[in-house]
Amino acid sequence: MATMADFRYDKATWCPGCGDFSVLAALQQVCVRMGLEPEDVVCVSGIGCSGKISQHFGSYGFHTLHGRSLPTAQGVKMANQDLTVIAAGGDGDGYGIGVGHFIHACRRNVDITYIVMDNHIYGLTTGQASPTSKKGHKTKTSPAGVGEEPLKPLELAIVSGASFVAQAFSGELKQMQNIIEAAMKHKGFSLVNVFSPCVTFNRVNTYEWFKEHIVNLDEEEGYDPTDKYNAMKRIAETESVCTGILYREERPAWHEYVLGATETGTVKQTLDITPADAAGLIDQFRR
Amino acid sequence: MTTNEFTWKVGGAQGEGIDSTGEILATVLTRMGYYIFAYRHFMSLVKGGHTNYKIRASTDREVKYHGDTLEMLVAFDQTTIDENEDELVEGAVIIHDAKFQASTKRGGAVHLCAVPLSQFAKDLGNSIIKNMVAAGASSYMLGIDPSNFYEQIEAQFGKKGAELVNLNKNAFDQGYNYVKEHYGNLQKPVPVASKPEKARLLMSGNECIGLGATLAGCRILAAYPITPATEILYWVLANLPKFGGKVLQAEDEIAACIMAIGANFAGVRSMTSTSGPGLSLMMEALGMSGISETPLVIVDVQRGGPSTGLPTKTEQSDLYEALYGSHGETPRIVIAPTSIEDCFYQMINAFNLAERYQVPVIVLSDLLMGMNKRSFPDLDLSRVTIDRGEVVTQAQLDEMEKGAFKRYALTESGISPRSFPGMKNGRYCALTNEHEETGLEIEDVPMREAQMKKRFRKLSTLERDVNEWGVDYSGPDGAETILVGFGSTEAQIAEAMEQLGGATNVGHLQLRCLMPFPKDAVRPHLEKAQRVVVVDNNYTGQLAGLLCKEIGFHDKMDVLHKYNGNPFTVSEIVSHVKG
Repeated sequence: MATMADFRYDKATWCPGCGDFSVLAALQQVCVRMGLEPEDVVCVSGIGCSGKISQHFGSYGFHTLHGRSLPTAQGVKMANQDLTVIAAGGDGDGYGIGVGHFIHACRRNVDITYIVMDNHIYGLTTGQASPTSKKGHKTKTSPAGVGEEPLKPLELAIVSGASFVAQAFSGELKQMQNIIEAAMKHKGFSLVNVFSPCVTFNRVNTYEWFKEHIVNLDEEEGYDPTDKYNAMKRIAETESVCTGILYREERPAWHEYVLGATETGTVKQTLDITPADAAGLIDQFRR
Repeated sequence: MTTNEFTWKVGGAQGEGIDSTGEILATVLTRMGYYIFAYRHFMSLVKGGHTNYKIRASTDREVKYHGDTLEMLVAFDQTTIDENEDELVEGAVIIHDAKFQASTKRGGAVHLCAVPLSQFAKDLGNSIIKNMVAAGASSYMLGIDPSNFYEQIEAQFGKKGAELVNLNKNAFDQGYNYVKEHYGNLQKPVPVASKPEKARLLMSGNECIGLGATLAGCRILAAYPITPATEILYWVLANLPKFGGKVLQAEDEIAACIMAIGANFAGVRSMTSTSGPGLSLMMEALGMSGISETPLVIVDVQRGGPSTGLPTKTEQSDLYEALYGSHGETPRIVIAPTSIEDCFYQMINAFNLAERYQVPVIVLSDLLMGMNKRSFPDLDLSRVTIDRGEVVTQAQLDEMEKGAFKRYALTESGISPRSFPGMKNGRYCALTNEHEETGLEIEDVPMREAQMKKRFRKLSTLERDVNEWGVDYSGPDGAETILVGFGSTEAQIAEAMEQLGGATNVGHLQLRCLMPFPKDAVRPHLEKAQRVVVVDNNYTGQLAGLLCKEIGFHDKMDVLHKYNGNPFTVSEIVSHVKG
């Protein structure tokens, strides 16, 4: 049985107080709680502060390119559906440069969990506006305040066909763990958007700010995460500043519906083709 | 063109069944024992425009190119005559639809034969069946016994019922009999072929790539539709799932290529297939494969560029991008199959090289080879081998201290054994950042230098081996003139060599591997030559540039360029050499 130590690797280099520490810890705790072995888990990350998570997580990892964690993670899962695959990155990575992949990953329903450490800012490049920066937020690239509407990842995920959509907060570790565990157990594509404050470059959306504004829908009486239209309504009413498992549905995952679906991972299929089968392939072309 | 050969072409607007008409004849001729090459000329639109399908057939030798001239043209419209009449030989026959008044600037040099193709089809109640009327008309004119076509009609439509079979036979007969009655004197019986003991293969380069990948153990293809590479996707989709393989149509070529990298990382031989615009989007991923040392196979079926360029025409202008594209520097392998069937063998080679050297491999095909078909006796399955390269075993990992596995170990060969997710104690994080031996991000100077050297050191054994298989030479030792090409131009250059004859002291080098470059095999020929004629299917002379960079002798280079979308003709090469 693996322990927390098995899911640690080297020391994380984030700024003291960074929300990403809690995300890493929650992920490690959930893996232990679920009885996973580190060799059966793959953590794929993009580029940015949050992208460093794969280096410090004790499972197999792939620290990929900016915005490309989702195609990589989907490729890993396509190759071996018996692995637990987590994609991780930030809001710039996932909702800026990688948003095209995000929408299609939602539709495709590959059985992976996507954790976005959303701090509403570009941290590693020292403080530019991100797709989720609030309107009016003054940053190095928006000296007069952001003029664009912020991207709404939760609604975007739901309308794009994501089968599990949740939001957590780094300041609420216990809820985050529960959400991540539910996401990892969910069959299909699961999004966990985590408010993970940047203590260095975002002085607006701080821990305090989130604590003050967050509406916890997990605790809202009668909230039904299978009710898509109510989920959209409540997310809009809270201006996306809510936490909880917001939407979920059961639907076949890619490895179940794909043409030629196999019971076990593609990696376990033999590469050898019998002489008779090989001859059969070639005979298609005999005239 | 020899006396044992003939050429035939059908043309019309797209959507008129031109391809199906050509396919019928290509299949019939192959079955009868003719060696054929079938060439499709088409445009980037669904209906209208001009498209044609040409067949060159030989009774006694394999045909690798569709030929410079034409003996029989079936024209569904006047545009077909206008676009193709210059190719016609003296005495050629044009069978045209009687629905239009045909004219040709070739005057009495060619024979115009009006046949009511559309009218017959209309009378039979099915306008598309004029392709079978045209096949019948062609059959008579070529002196081919109708039984050969009946056999094909049964094979093609038998499953759909006797009514459809009879309709097609009827259409065929009407065309056949009409020509026999009205133009019987123009019949030109083609040389007779003997039926082979074993039925021959009729395949395109794209089909060879799909088949080669499947037998090479590729089990995942992620791709985005693009002409002229989409047929690879089709074939693999129809066949790979039978062997536990998966195919995914990605949202773009960035995702397609990166999915293939992710799947290779997890231990499945995986590839992507594309053309120039897609290759450009994969440049970022190429570096990711390179620095993370994750194997990758990319097939680029080149088309006319730049940008959207000529999507349905051929060119070899992605060479520089394949060789040098992507920021920073990573080792890579670039292979150009030299014929349709070589596409099959080079896919086997590509997957083995990608895993043995843990690098991206780009297979450079092109539209000419990819979308056109030729018949040949067989493929040699004994050449199919699977070499997964250096992979650490679970037993080796079990013996190591916990966490001691070094995925990027600085080995003498530069190749570090891989582990796959699922292997206990084989954990590592594949990194696109520079890293130390276990895979942790670093920026320190000695380790950076050591890892760069390690990655480039990997190809040192290949740099030697490539002299064996990376280039073919034919011709006398010490030839005064050397013709050089890569990939598909092999066919026209080889035929040009025949026309030039041995006496002219000409040699032919055809490159199959462009990176690493087979320097030792190429250099002696260039040293001895007075003149190096580079047959470069692009504007800037990319192959000539590569030869100058790798070998030198820029003063000997004499580049024959072509970039109008059409493949080189043999006569263009011959007249350039003769000067």
